[in-house]
Amino acid sequence: MSETPILALEGVSKTFHRGGSAVHAARAVSFALHPGRTLALVGESGSGKTTAARLIMREYRPDSGQLLFRGAAVEAAGDLRAYRSAVQMVFQDPFSSLNPVHTIRQHLERPLRLHQPNLGAAERKAAAAEVLARVQLDPALILPKYPHELSGGQRQRISIARALAVNPEVIVADEPTSMLDVSVRLGILNLLNDMKRQMRLAVLYITHDIATARYVAEEIMVMYAGQIVEWGETDRVLGNPQHPYTRLLLSAVPDPDRRFGDARPAELEQIETIRRQSALEQTEIREVAPGHFIRPMPV
Amino acid sequence: MSDPLLSIRNLSIDYVGATSDFHAVKNVSFDIARGEFFGLAGESGCGKSTIAFAISRLHRPPAIIRKGSQIVLDGRDVLTLDDAELRQLRWREVAMVFQSAMNSLNPVLTIEDQFHDVLKTHTGMSRSAARARAAELLALVDIAADRLSAYPHQLSGGMRQRVVIAMCLALNPKLLIMDEPTTALDVVVQREILERIHKLRQELGFAVLFITHDLALMVQVSDRIGIMLEGELVEVNDAQAIYRSPQHDYTRKLWASMPRLGGERAGEGAAS
Repeated sequence: MSETPILALEGVSKTFHRGGSAVHAARAVSFALHPGRTLALVGESGSGKTTAARLIMREYRPDSGQLLFRGAAVEAAGDLRAYRSAVQMVFQDPFSSLNPVHTIRQHLERPLRLHQPNLGAAERKAAAAEVLARVQLDPALILPKYPHELSGGQRQRISIARALAVNPEVIVADEPTSMLDVSVRLGILNLLNDMKRQMRLAVLYITHDIATARYVAEEIMVMYAGQIVEWGETDRVLGNPQHPYTRLLLSAVPDPDRRFGDARPAELEQIETIRRQSALEQTEIREVAPGHFIRPMPV
Repeated sequence: MSDPLLSIRNLSIDYVGATSDFHAVKNVSFDIARGEFFGLAGESGCGKSTIAFAISRLHRPPAIIRKGSQIVLDGRDVLTLDDAELRQLRWREVAMVFQSAMNSLNPVLTIEDQFHDVLKTHTGMSRSAARARAAELLALVDIAADRLSAYPHQLSGGMRQRVVIAMCLALNPKLLIMDEPTTALDVVVQREILERIHKLRQELGFAVLFITHDLALMVQVSDRIGIMLEGELVEVNDAQAIYRSPQHDYTRKLWASMPRLGGERAGEGAAS
């Protein structure tokens, strides 16, 4: 894509040292977020997805590589407040990410107080009400409530409203539906999608659920052991997966049309090999089709 | 169904409150055949776990099983058993893998000690016999016998889950209840574990009551499926029939709410 991305990681690496051993949580990770588009980051637990989110939120500093905001390198000591107002996060757990002793109104007005200090009290309240309406909750009913009075789905809508309150350009959503009941998941995904369109947001959707990734994202990346092993347009990658690890993930996704006991996909016979080989460092990048890349699994 | 393994009739369970009771399970009846894989699906709070706990009488106040309810397991009415009889029932007749099973192991005991605990309590097995049996059971779930000396924290989540399953099979139960056994695990690990259960069931002949909210997974592994909504069992049918021609509105809604690899996308069709 030719236009400058809002946010990009370029060759970012992050290693955690624990005792004598090192965990490579990010290895030469590069990707770009564009307005009005969703990029899905898919992987199992421990693959480095959340580390990528934390690098973007500047909770971790990269060991090497850089974070680019509107094309310019983000300085380690740069203006965090302006950055935070442009880049907002929606967390996985709607039960612990809201403060139990604050009303919803306080949750929504606090970011406004911090990021738009010149708003008057009445304007703040109006803005909080407006953002609630955006996430399809009734402001009059919800503003005075406390988190425990709301359902999981409603709370996740509050988390999204809180992120939207400061007019961000980028939303990082880390497993925003995995703790919700199946019947409300779709509503949250559709809401994120509508917001993306209406507000031209760039969304990084982090998930282990490849089916929901396909549902919302134009582009997808598959991550394993800190490396992005395959990436490109969602249709191309899922329609013609080239990396053995991507195929393994796809073969394990529950599919009502494939009963247990039917012929097993070949990848399920080689789980250990695929895991072991995919975890090795691979610097070679191969374009398998226009806009569809893999890091070939070392053999 | 002639001679079912488990027969539940008119089961009603209330959570008794100070001012009003919450009717968690409302007049539910269903059977599970010997060796059958039965799936129970529904959202959180629909009563599916409450039923699972009631079957092995693990429910605690304020949960009360109402009069007129019947749970018959292999010819015995579970609701009339005394403590000694219950001890005979649990593990031997029915064993349960809990939702957070990987955290249900005792962190300060080795795997071997925990197997010994079960085997000694229920069969009076000696230390060395228990060790041999434990190694045999671990082999069923593809874990090497040298892991017997490990503590739970030295195993991955998927391995701990398999240890719990192996433990549940220690006394050859006729019914294995699994309450969201793989929700905390990654898809690949989930697939490995359920394939293992699927195979063991064919070899050992136990029946499975499988509780989950993942309908796609449930259709993949189950013979029959029951769908619960607010304490009521609204539809029971063969897995394929529930999938291909759901009769109840709620079942259809559940299906429509799940993004699937071959399905619609955000902004397409009626979903958005």
